[in-house]
Order: sequence, then structure tokens, then C-alpha cells
Amino acid sequence: MKYVDEFRDPQLITRTASEIRRLADPQRHYRIMEVCGGHTHSIYRFGLKDLLPPNIELVHGPGCPVCVLPMGRIDDGLAIAEQNGAVFTAFGDMMRVPGTHGSPFQAKARGRDIRVVYSPLDALKLAQANPGKHIMFFAIGFETTAPSTALTLMQARALGIRNFSMFCNHVTIIPAIRAILDSPDMRLDAFIGPGHVSTVIGCRPYEWIARNEKKPIVVCGFEPLDILQSIVMLLRQLQEGRTEVENQYQRVVPWEGNRPALKAMAEVFRLRPYFEWRGLGFISQSALRIHETYAEWDAEQRFRVPGIRVTDPKAAQCGEVLKGVLKPSQCKLFGRECTPEQPVGALMVSSEGACAAYHTYAHRKAAEVASYS
Amino acid sequence: MCLAIPGKIIEAVTDRTDFAVVDVCGVRRRVNIGLLENEGVRPGDWVLIHVGFAMSKIGEAQANDQIRMLTLLGESEAAMQEIEGYGFGELEPPRES
Repeated sequence: MKYVDEFRDPQLITRTASEIRRLADPQRHYRIMEVCGGHTHSIYRFGLKDLLPPNIELVHGPGCPVCVLPMGRIDDGLAIAEQNGAVFTAFGDMMRVPGTHGSPFQAKARGRDIRVVYSPLDALKLAQANPGKHIMFFAIGFETTAPSTALTLMQARALGIRNFSMFCNHVTIIPAIRAILDSPDMRLDAFIGPGHVSTVIGCRPYEWIARNEKKPIVVCGFEPLDILQSIVMLLRQLQEGRTEVENQYQRVVPWEGNRPALKAMAEVFRLRPYFEWRGLGFISQSALRIHETYAEWDAEQRFRVPGIRVTDPKAAQCGEVLKGVLKPSQCKLFGRECTPEQPVGALMVSSEGACAAYHTYAHRKAAEVASYS
Repeated sequence: MCLAIPGKIIEAVTDRTDFAVVDVCGVRRRVNIGLLENEGVRPGDWVLIHVGFAMSKIGEAQANDQIRMLTLLGESEAAMQEIEGYGFGELEPPRES
């Protein structure tokens, strides 16, 4: 219970943990999925599993946009930039993700012009400041970052900045949840709903989970207390036979979502008919493409896309970990061939990847336990 | 990318209603506030920022909690690196024609 000391209100944490133990039916084994990689990170970092009774199992979901992107799309992005003499720009998280011929960072080490940006607006600024170069931005993320991409494209068009394009890899959360629920491998009782995606899409899009799939879902914040409180709310629903969408993260998430964000997305994006996800295969209407009005700023409409499809290394079990079928430590490569320093798959690289979180914190915990004895 | 960085709005930006100057732990940068146009942001307000865009308005107590959380999650350095890295504040305004 070491981490309890770090919490702002340790007594409230302890009381909430007790409430969870009181509510959990000892005859039942609960499988609760936290969809979002940020929640996975918090759960491991704060050792929240230790505060739960053994019959509550937290299953890690696919809410890590870097993790679910197939390797071929990294290859495509790098190839488009190389073939067209463009500067490849992306968030830091993307830089160490392995492609077939190495990560963007490794390509940079070989002399390619590849730069980290912290905002799509930075990539646009780079284009404005360098009229002689073409700047390509590798856009990625769930609905949290899609509005930022959209607003940036609108700016590019308004400012007439032509030496700029985006390679769009935004994905949407609802089809991923649907694919998980449709999967025969999965038996889940309830969901801890995404926090920041919900600030954009609101809580309504989850209503079908409660109504049609009859699973409770609680939109949840990222503090330890948020996650524990959400588990209490889920257990109460299960105990009372309710299946509803509840918003535990009301201080940040508006029920109706963010209107300007949704409006910008509706203007700039359309849904792709299908998109390939690592671990989940092809999912229809699960990813965004750039509308024809913005064709000039869409790398896929402006340039030729190789359309590289690559399977993950055979031994890597990224797909199964992403679906929640395997825990990170159950992958044969975990901690051996695949580590944060030498990642085989994106889950070990991304700050939201289950494998990275487990590796960083589970090992730390084991070392601490060893130091007490 | 789920890095939500809390910041305090310091001042509006002349001629750009969609940008504001924000202070994050002493570092000042411009961020886009277009997504909060319905609510309106004013100097003194606290916001949560993702990749250069203010996404939500929050209270000061919550902002402090968020900073603390980022520190506990080992992400405060990455957050400051991101804020310091925002260089787009000087995007030139649209041309008159």
C-alpha cells in the first residue's frame, strides 16, 4: 500500500477501496476493461490493482493510437516523405515506433530530415517558415487530437500555405470498443470509459454499450481516486442490475462533448470505409480521412501512397495484448527481446502502451518489495 | 498524446481571437483557444491543453491536482518539454487580399 501515501487524500482512497471490496460479490469474477492507454498507465503507476480484491480483473483495452497503428503505415509515412523530398514531422511518441526498416528516429540517424513537433500547428509554422521545403505531418490520435488536426488544416487553407500536407492516421474509439465486444475471445462485464476522448465526443456515443450490449460504462478521470470511484460506480450498476452511461469525470467532460471540435472534425474529415488495426484486423468506419475540399493538404490525395502492409514479427503478441486477451507479461518477448530500449512493438514504446507501463512500474514495484524484505 | 497540460490564461492575443497567451509553471506560450469559443476564455481562467490546443476549462485547484498527477506519472518533464516546444505562436495572420 506504499502508493497510498502519495495520494492527495489517502483516507478517501482507503475508504473507496473498502467500498469496492464490500460491493464485489465474492461468487463472481469481474472483468472490467479500461479502454484508454492513459488509464492503463495510471493503474500501473499507482499500483491500483493491489487495492482491488482478487476477483476484480482489469483488462487493458486498445486505447493507444500509436499501438494500434500497423507497421505498414509508419513505412508509408516515411516513404511518402522520402519519395517527395518532404520533411517528416510527428509527435515525439511516434519517433521510436518500429517500422519495417526501423523507426523514424533511426531514419533520422541515417540522414533523413525528420523532426519532432509538439503540435500540428508547429508543423504548419515550419512550412510557413520554410517555403522551399515541403513539410508533411504524421497525424495520429483518437478523437482527442483529431480536432487539433482539423483546425490546423483549416488554418493551412485560410493562410494559403501550400507546402504542407498531413498523412492522416486518426482512428475513432467507438468502432474499437464494438470490435472488442464482438470478439469471441472477450468476456467483459463493464467498461472504464476514456477521459480525454470524451471531452470531444461527450458521453452519448457510449449509450449503445449500455443499452444494446447491456454493459455499464463510466467515463473516468485519471487520478487514482477517479479510477477507484469509477469502479465503485460500475459495481453498483452491476449489483443493481442497471446498465447506464455515467460520467465520473464531470469536472472536465461535458455530456454533449465539445461542439466547436465536432464541427471542425465534420468539416475536415470523413470516415474511411475501413482501416486496419493491429490486433483487431480491418474495422469498418473506424478511421478518418481528409475530405476532398482539403485534398491539397492531404498527403494521400497529393502523393502516391505505397500501401505497404506488413505483419508484426511472428513471435510478438502485440495484437493479443491490445485486445486484452494477454497481459503484457504473458507475451513471449516481454522483458527479453522486447524492452523500452529495444522495442519490437509499439506497445513497448508509447507512453500509453500497456507493455511500457507494465515494464516500467511492475519491475519497479518488484524491486521495492525486494528492498523491504 | 493523452498529455493534458494545465495552464493559466494570461492575456488575449491582439487580432487573433483564436489564440491566447498561457502560462504553464512559468513558461509562457500562445495556444489555440478556438475549441473553447462557445464558453469563452478570459485572463485568469485555467485550461487543459493538448498538443497546443486548449480543450477544457478547469478550476485552479484542479489545475494544481493535474500538475501533481503529471509529476507522479513521471510526465511533468515531457509536459514542460512540450510547452516549451510550442513555436507556432508566431504564425503570421491571414493576408488582407
